[in-house]
Formats: sequence, C-alpha cells, structure tokens
Amino acid sequence: MNFINVLSAFFWVLITGLIVYFTWRYSKGNKEVGPAHNTPLEITWTVIPTILVVAIFAWGFKTYMSLSRAPGDAMDIYVTGQKWSWSFEYPQYGVRTTNELVVPVGKPVRLVMHSSDVIHSMWLPAFRNKMDVLPGRTTTVWFEPGEEGTYRFYCTEYCGDSHWNMKGHVKVVSSEAFQAWVEENSKEDTTTPLPELGAKLFQSKACFTCHSTDGTPGIGPSLKGVFGHSVDLADGTSVVADEEYVRESILQPGAKVVKGFAPTMPSFQGQLSERELNGLIEYIKSLK
Amino acid sequence: MSTAPDIATHAPSLPKEHYLNATRGFKSWALTVDHKRIGVMYLVSVLTFFLVGGLLALLVRLELLSPGGMFEQKTYNQLFTMHGVVMTFLFIIPSIPASLGNFFLPLQLGAKDVAFPKLNLLSFYIYVLGALMAIVAMVVGAVDTGWTFYTPYSLTTNTAVVITVLAAFVLGFSSILTGLNFIVTMHKLRPPGMTWFRMPLFLWALYATSVIQILATPVLGITLLLLAAERLFGVGIFDPALGGDPVLFQHFFWFYSHPAVYVMIVPAFGVVSELIATFSRREVFGYKVVALSSVAIAIIGFFVWGHHMFVSGQSEFAGTVFSFLTFFVAIPTAVKIFNWTATLYKGDIQLRTPMIYALIFLLQFTIGGLTGLPLASLGTNVALHDTYYVVAHFHYVMMGGVVFAFVGGLYYWWPKITGRMFNEKLANIGAALMFVGFNATFFTQFLLGFKGMPRRYFDYDPEFHTLHAFSSVGSWILGLGFLVALITLVQSLRKGAIAPANPWGGTTLEWATSSPPPAHNFIDTPTVTAGPYDRSHAPTATAGRAAA
Repeated sequence: MNFINVLSAFFWVLITGLIVYFTWRYSKGNKEVGPAHNTPLEITWTVIPTILVVAIFAWGFKTYMSLSRAPGDAMDIYVTGQKWSWSFEYPQYGVRTTNELVVPVGKPVRLVMHSSDVIHSMWLPAFRNKMDVLPGRTTTVWFEPGEEGTYRFYCTEYCGDSHWNMKGHVKVVSSEAFQAWVEENSKEDTTTPLPELGAKLFQSKACFTCHSTDGTPGIGPSLKGVFGHSVDLADGTSVVADEEYVRESILQPGAKVVKGFAPTMPSFQGQLSERELNGLIEYIKSLK
Repeated sequence: MSTAPDIATHAPSLPKEHYLNATRGFKSWALTVDHKRIGVMYLVSVLTFFLVGGLLALLVRLELLSPGGMFEQKTYNQLFTMHGVVMTFLFIIPSIPASLGNFFLPLQLGAKDVAFPKLNLLSFYIYVLGALMAIVAMVVGAVDTGWTFYTPYSLTTNTAVVITVLAAFVLGFSSILTGLNFIVTMHKLRPPGMTWFRMPLFLWALYATSVIQILATPVLGITLLLLAAERLFGVGIFDPALGGDPVLFQHFFWFYSHPAVYVMIVPAFGVVSELIATFSRREVFGYKVVALSSVAIAIIGFFVWGHHMFVSGQSEFAGTVFSFLTFFVAIPTAVKIFNWTATLYKGDIQLRTPMIYALIFLLQFTIGGLTGLPLASLGTNVALHDTYYVVAHFHYVMMGGVVFAFVGGLYYWWPKITGRMFNEKLANIGAALMFVGFNATFFTQFLLGFKGMPRRYFDYDPEFHTLHAFSSVGSWILGLGFLVALITLVQSLRKGAIAPANPWGGTTLEWATSSPPPAHNFIDTPTVTAGPYDRSHAPTATAGRAAA
C-alpha cells in the first residue's frame, strides 16, 4: 500500500509541479513555439507507467491470493448475516454469539458465511480483509489474530435501514482465557434469575437494534409497556400480548405482525433454549 | 488572415438575427429542431438537476455533521439514494454531451445541424419524461436502495423501486438516441476538408462517448426490465429464494455502469483539450494520441466491470483478470495527462477563467486517477472497497474532474451561447471557493476511508467525527462557490458586455460564426484546410462568416 501511495504522491508532485511551473513560466508572454509531438518522449511516458502498473498488479495479486486462502489449521466459525445483526456459531464448542466474536490469539480463523436475507459484507478493518455475505451461497473470509485486543467489524454492503448498526467486535484473548470463555458459554445457564438472563440476551442477541425499551418506535415496535396490553396487528385484528404471543413473535415473527411495521424480523427458532425464552418473556414483562 | 487573432479589435455588437431571436414564442422553443436551442434546453435542465442533487448532497453532509440530529436513518438512506440517482442519471450522464455537445458538435464540425434534428428533440422529451418519473418515484415512493439497486435488497424493499428503474430505463433511450445522432452526424455531415484528424478533440471525445452510449445502455435497460419483471411478476432471475443469482445483477449492472463512467469523463477530456489548446495558444501536444486515447479508453472500459466486484463472491480468477485489465485503462488516461501538461510547455498561456478551470481539473483529476490504482490492485481493494476511500475517489473523478471541466466549458462557450461576456473576477472567486471547498470536502474522505469508515452509514464511531465535520464544512464552501458561479452567469445575462465572435482567440469553427450563431450556424458552408488547432488558419473575427 505504501509503495502505491509513495508512487502516486511522486507522480502527483511531478505532474502538478510541471503544470504549475509551465503555467508560471509561459503565462507572461511567450513567442517560442512548442513541439507538436515528440515520439521518443511519448513512448517513454507510455512504457514506464505500463511497467509500473504491471508491477502493482503483480504485487496486488500476491496479496490477494494470501487473503483468499486460509491456512489449513484455521478454526472454522459459521456466520449468518441478517438484517441487522451477525450470528456466530463455533462448531467444535457448541457456542453461539451475536455481534461478538471471541478468538484465541495466534490461531487463524476462517469465517464460513451466508446470509438469511439480502447481501451483507463482513469487513474486518484491522485484519485488512473483507468478503460479501450472500443469500443462497457460502463465502469465506479468514484472518489471523496476531495480538490480544478488541477489533471492530462492520457490514459494508448496504442492506437497508440499520445497515450502519450491523457491526460488532472481535475480542482476541489468550488461549487460556478463550478456553474459560468456551467453558462458561457452552453450558446452559441455570443459575441467573430469569429477568436478568432475558436482559442479557436482549443485548447479546442484538434485539435492541430494532426494539427500544423506552417507548420510541424503531425498525420494530418498542417493547415498553407492551406486555399484558392489546396490540393492533397489520391484518386489522388485535391480540393481547401475553406469554404465548411473545413466544410466538420470537420464534415465528411473521405470524402476527404489529400494525405499521414491516415483517423483517428473522426467526430465532432453534437459537434459544426454553429457559432463555422464558427469560426473554420475563424481561419483556418487566418493561413497564 | 495569416496571424492568429486574439481578441476582436472592433467594438462588437450583437448580430441582427441569431438563433435566439430567429423565431419567438413558447412553441418556437417547444417544437424547435435547432440543435442549439435543444442544447440550451438540456443545459437548463441538467443545471436544474445539478442544483437538486447538490442540495441533497448538502443535506447528506448536514446529517453526517450530527448523526440523528436532523433525519432518521430511513430518511438518510433515501437522501443518499436520491442524490446518487439524480446526479448520475439526470445530471452527469447527459451533462456535457447533451448540453454542450448538442450545441457545439455541429458548430465545431461545420454543419448546419445534427443528422436527425427531430430525433434530437425526441431525445430531449424522453429525457424530460424519464426525469419526471424519477423525481416523482423518489419523492413519493421513498426509494432507499442506493443508486446501484443491488438485488436482492431492491427486490425486497417496500419502496417505489419499479418506477425508479423504469425511469432510468426511459432515460437510457434518450442517451442511446443522442449517441446515435452524434455518430451519424460525424460520419455524414463533415464539410469539405474536415477529415477525421482535423476534427477538434471535443468531437473525438463525443464520438467515443456515443459509441459507449449505444453499446452499453441497452444492457442496463434489459437489466432494469428484468428487475422490474422480478418485482412485479416474481420471475426468479436475481433472487436466490426464487432460484436466481443476486451477483448476476451486479455483473449486468456494472457492464453498463462501468462504461458509463466513461460516458461521464470522456466528454470532460474533450472540453479540457479545447480549453488547454485555446488558452495555451498552441496545438495540443500529440493530437492524434489524445484523440485515439479517448477511443482506447472507450474500448478497454468495456472489459473492466468486474473490478467493482472483487469481494462480491465472483471467482478469484475473474477478479484477477479484471484487475489486470483495469490497469490498462490507466495507461491512455495517464498519457492524456502527460500530453496536456506538455501542451502547456512553451505555450503562451492566458490565465482566463475557463483555463483556470482546466488547470484545476488537471490537478484534481490526477488525484482521482492515481487514487484509482489502490482500488484496481486486488490486495488493497479488499481493504478499501465500500469505504469512504471509494466515495472520495469517485468524487475526485466525477466532481473534481467532470464537473470542473463542465463549468470551465460552460464559461468558455457561454459568450457563444448567449452573446454575452461575464465578470471574470467574480467567476474566478467562484472557482477559488469551489477548489477549496471541493478539496476540503473530499480529500478528508480519503482519510476517513483509510481509517476505516464504511460508506452509506447513517452514524459512525466517535473517532471519525472530526473528519466528518471538516468534510461537512467543506461542502458549504463548495456550495458557496457554485452560488457565486450562478450569480456570475445570471449577472452576465442581465448586463454582460456584448461578446465578439471569437472572444478567447479559439481556432475551431464555432468561433468563425457570430455570437450567438445564426439559426443555420454558418452563412457559407465552411471549407477546412488545416488541423483544428493550427493557429495560422484560425477563424477570423468576422461575425457571421465562416473561415475559408
């Protein structure tokens, strides 16, 4: 990159310098007549840039190949992009996360990605790699977490209303810390009180991206004070928001859509345990 | 006349009869087949849409100054979509070719009109129809797809995508018909002695542009029809849920839209060649190379569309081939810049307003061109794709390049179009404001891209705020520059000095006729005996008569 930038800066300074110099030198009246062409000069300034751009191409190609090919020992993580959050699943460990990727330092990671709706793009700026995430296809992108720390990732293919908010973090941790994290997250949480568990899930599953808890409508309806009250639906009927309605809305969001909102919510079928569902119901109950 | 005339020495007066007063009344304009009047109507239209697109851009920048303060995310997405659609389809594609091209192609060629004057009027009305459709669809239908209409998002969004793409489809026909008209005109209506290599470089540029318009636009038309068919009838072409392929849309779309950027920039190359030749008082260095490089760019431009898609999921092999070919567009472009620079060498440079625009074009377009290298290179593209770096690169080429050339060309030909000179001091103040404002707005965006700011984002991480604020303030200075330019032109119309036939000392044929030209351009058919920039054969300032 620096090579191209330095080269570009050199040519810009050269061309600008000549333009400014000629303009200054020849704007005070000049009776000499400049040449109409000069074949050796023209061949030179055609051939030299040609050689340079082929060199840039070759270098870019080499980098691209290493960006495209993950090493054989890479850890695979499955990724689902959906409007407007990222879900990750660690196949060896049975762990799922949303908008947060935790990986051990020094171990290459390969993301195996697909989209459940429109095209998204996984961009990891700190690791200089990016790949579109498509519905109906699998694409991959890999990176090597060299140093511990927190790095951002973004969606970089425009995907609608909250495109800008479809982002998260890669946490690169020591391998011991990673093992501990896996331990903690792979077993079912049976101790946290239900409303607290629900509040945690509301964050980690990125429900907050579309549903506010303070009454302001977002992509989806706000959940403040909904529970126990009647809700007007898009089909003109209405329903009382009880436990069964909340549960159905999480697992089959298209079944009863609230009036004034588009049916864009993805289904969370298979992604939540019974206890976690109850946690969310309890949490939503608590939003008065 | 054996020496080059500089500025007419006798006090000029408007010719008694010219194209503006030959006939009168609304109908004489609405039903005109005069390429000059059609050119003026296009000029007014594209400048109006430029104003609309520019105001939308200011709103986009205003939102980014304090995200969430003024607009909701949905509104922001609609704003940048409208800005993109208006600027691309209603302004920049027709800008130079349809307005200045229509007006000056026959004049520079030495012809009475274009080959098919009625078709020319039809193109204009098709353009107006498409423009109205686009505006209505976007204002009423709140389209939020971005100007690129990527599937499957554009198939699923609940907005007026169908009417908007049909508008672009209609606008495409205007573009095709204009291109066709121009090509036939240049083949069939050249006067005695006007050989291909005696044509001004602006005409070569229009020729190359027309070829692209004819060959590429139908592909966009078909693509947009398929998109409309899929939305209306559920035909599965692009939506994977129906068995389609969303990346296919990107291939189709860029097969047109990449060559389309040459529809935008190549006419600007032509304008700049004219300006540099006239105001350096000499022939363009390597005339034939500059002429043929426009054609080379037009041809190579057809084989590089995949460079928009390096991370789209297209094969690595395809990406590699497209990257390699892309670098070969850089060569004829670089050669042009070298030739223009060499034209300044030992010239007799007149720093008049149009020339100042041409020089600013050179500086800014060179940045636009060089910043294309990291985007063409595979390894760096992966990091920069879909960031503000791309936004900055694109605007350096389109705004810093095309728009500055367009405004320079407008000032250059303004006396010929209107018969009036303008206040150059005021015009130069406008140019300085535009230069400062443009670079403040967009150079900042290269830095934003480098630092990791993705494009089409309604809100951003706090560390980007300073640069975003800087860019927004830059956009106000840029807007002020355009306002000063507008004032200059309005003031010129009201009380500008009467323009002589050849106020700048130009050598091409449009300067051989009066300002404004008579309805049929030339009183006698011109006979051409020398190259376009041969100063020993320059047109005299004799109003209304063609150079022998």
